[in-house]
Amino acid sequence: MSEIITTLKKDYIYNLMIKGKRQDGRGFKDFRDIKLETNIISKAEGSAKVTLGETQVLVGVKLQTGTPFPDSQDEGVIITNLELNPIASPEFEPGPPREDAIEMARVVDRGIRESGAIDIKKLCITVGESVWIVFIDVHVLNDDGNLIDASCLAAIAALMTTVVPNEQQGIGTNVPLAMKEIPVGVTVAKIGSKLIVDPSLDEEAVCETKMTIVSSSDGSVAGMQKMGSAPLTEAEVMEAIDMACEKAAELRELYLEELVKQE
Amino acid sequence: MNDKPNKLITDDGLRLDGRRADEIRPMKIEIGVLSRADGSCYLEWGRNKILVGVFGPREAHPRRLQRADAAVIRYRYNMASFSVEDRARPGPSRRSIEISKVSREAFEPVIMAELYPKTAIDIFVEILQADAGTRTAAINASSIALADAGIPMKGLVTSCAFGKVDGQIVLDLNKEEDNYGEADFPVAMTQDGEITLLQMDGHLTPEEIKKGFELVKKGCKEILEIQQTVLRKKFETPVEEPEAEPEAKIVDTESEAAETEPSLEYAPEAAAVEETIEEAEELEAEPSEEVTETVPEAEELEEIVKEAEVEVVDGEAIEEAIEAETEEEAIEAETEEEAIEAEDESKGPWKVVKDPSESGSRGENDE
Repeated sequence: MSEIITTLKKDYIYNLMIKGKRQDGRGFKDFRDIKLETNIISKAEGSAKVTLGETQVLVGVKLQTGTPFPDSQDEGVIITNLELNPIASPEFEPGPPREDAIEMARVVDRGIRESGAIDIKKLCITVGESVWIVFIDVHVLNDDGNLIDASCLAAIAALMTTVVPNEQQGIGTNVPLAMKEIPVGVTVAKIGSKLIVDPSLDEEAVCETKMTIVSSSDGSVAGMQKMGSAPLTEAEVMEAIDMACEKAAELRELYLEELVKQE
Repeated sequence: MNDKPNKLITDDGLRLDGRRADEIRPMKIEIGVLSRADGSCYLEWGRNKILVGVFGPREAHPRRLQRADAAVIRYRYNMASFSVEDRARPGPSRRSIEISKVSREAFEPVIMAELYPKTAIDIFVEILQADAGTRTAAINASSIALADAGIPMKGLVTSCAFGKVDGQIVLDLNKEEDNYGEADFPVAMTQDGEITLLQMDGHLTPEEIKKGFELVKKGCKEILEIQQTVLRKKFETPVEEPEAEPEAKIVDTESEAAETEPSLEYAPEAAAVEETIEEAEELEAEPSEEVTETVPEAEELEEIVKEAEVEVVDGEAIEEAIEAETEEEAIEAETEEEAIEAEDESKGPWKVVKDPSESGSRGENDE
């Protein structure tokens, strides 16, 4: 499942943690350098690429018309998919998605869905008959750790730049996808007794538990998922939430709010 | 599909099913319901009906999955197609794969997998009827089934969810609250309160999460008590009789030994004293010093020797007592094992739930 790591390296990372340091010199609450590019795939209705350290994730958003779910006749549909491409890591193999890929996709999806990021009522074309289906496809290009935060960031950025292709369906002019919220996911990893944000690939291999927290702009939490086999205490969970909300606010301000202005 | 009720909580603070905010739904547990499984559990929680079978430790197949240093734990959460309102497509869905993964991780900290290298411990969960909170119910049932299978664990895992309904934090959501509520927050924890599963969706502030944790801790405590009661019922009652006698004996020998010579606590010490007395007379004075205190008149060597002899006897008595104790323990363990085996075969005389035949056959059909 996880990357193989030598005991030597493991000890090294642990010992650094005890001294309050990280392998790449970051502080416990520092993200690696983030580069966000949007509108890079013209065939897609929305797209974004996030480079987080060496991690690269590309998200493409496609819109298609379809029938709504019977229990939400006047709402559009969101479908999130995440693929761990074999190109991204020697660990990844072609074939059906592994459970961790499914889990990541569902955490990204939950953040967008539960925060109410997309105004899905506005995706209704004819009640009960025809709605827009938003396909969010996450393509992992290079795995250098913390795919999930990169995916969350790329997904929301892609959605914020998505244009609803009404003209293609002959139902009016193209409009930007109606957004109501900007959820940001931040992953906190526990190594020894320390909590760090944005774990690198090595740190991910060393940590026994990480938790992704997706928060909204009002500082509330929209989705959470604990991953990994070690337990957490309640105090650690609360500390992780605080850390994640704080970092999420920073990321939102730095990278995402300018996308709103563009519209 | 029903429409959203106007109010999920009445002005009196009661929920649709009559519970208060901090109350869990009634839970019913039956243990050892499947004869072919090594451990099993049938659990009803509200309208949830869940069946869990545990197999293993058994050889892990395919072999490339084997771990040289520990057992692999596999958890399969499966929904029966008829368990929900709209028929679920049989086979693993993305949802069930995710739930299986996080549930497995909820058990990994407690199962002592390192005792069984190269094996697999399989936990198969069948959701026969779903009514909100199936993953938490399944974890509670799995905990029992694992214990029933005799898998060594550091403790039981209990699970319960809290959520937000009509702006209020409530424990253990029912179907309506799950559908129309504002947040769902399932948690699983060990007996020590360490969190082994945590998921969340909805809208909650950190303060609300803190409040929710208090409720969940209360809920998990109540569930743990139910789990423990069920396990005690199965594993304690039949062992009581044969256990009562030897236990009394141990207490007797121990207290006797303690009365005659309180200063000699451990067998090695007693043995050392024994040797010393036999080999050198001068050294006898040393252990007898304490005795001299209790018998101040004893001044002559003969008497000291006598005392020492008593000690020798004591030492032997203690040794015997200890031997007896270990034997008792072995016997105890054996009787327990036998009792468990007997239980398994007879399928338990103590059944809690009303119609065990129904749930049993249901389980077979389901597989």
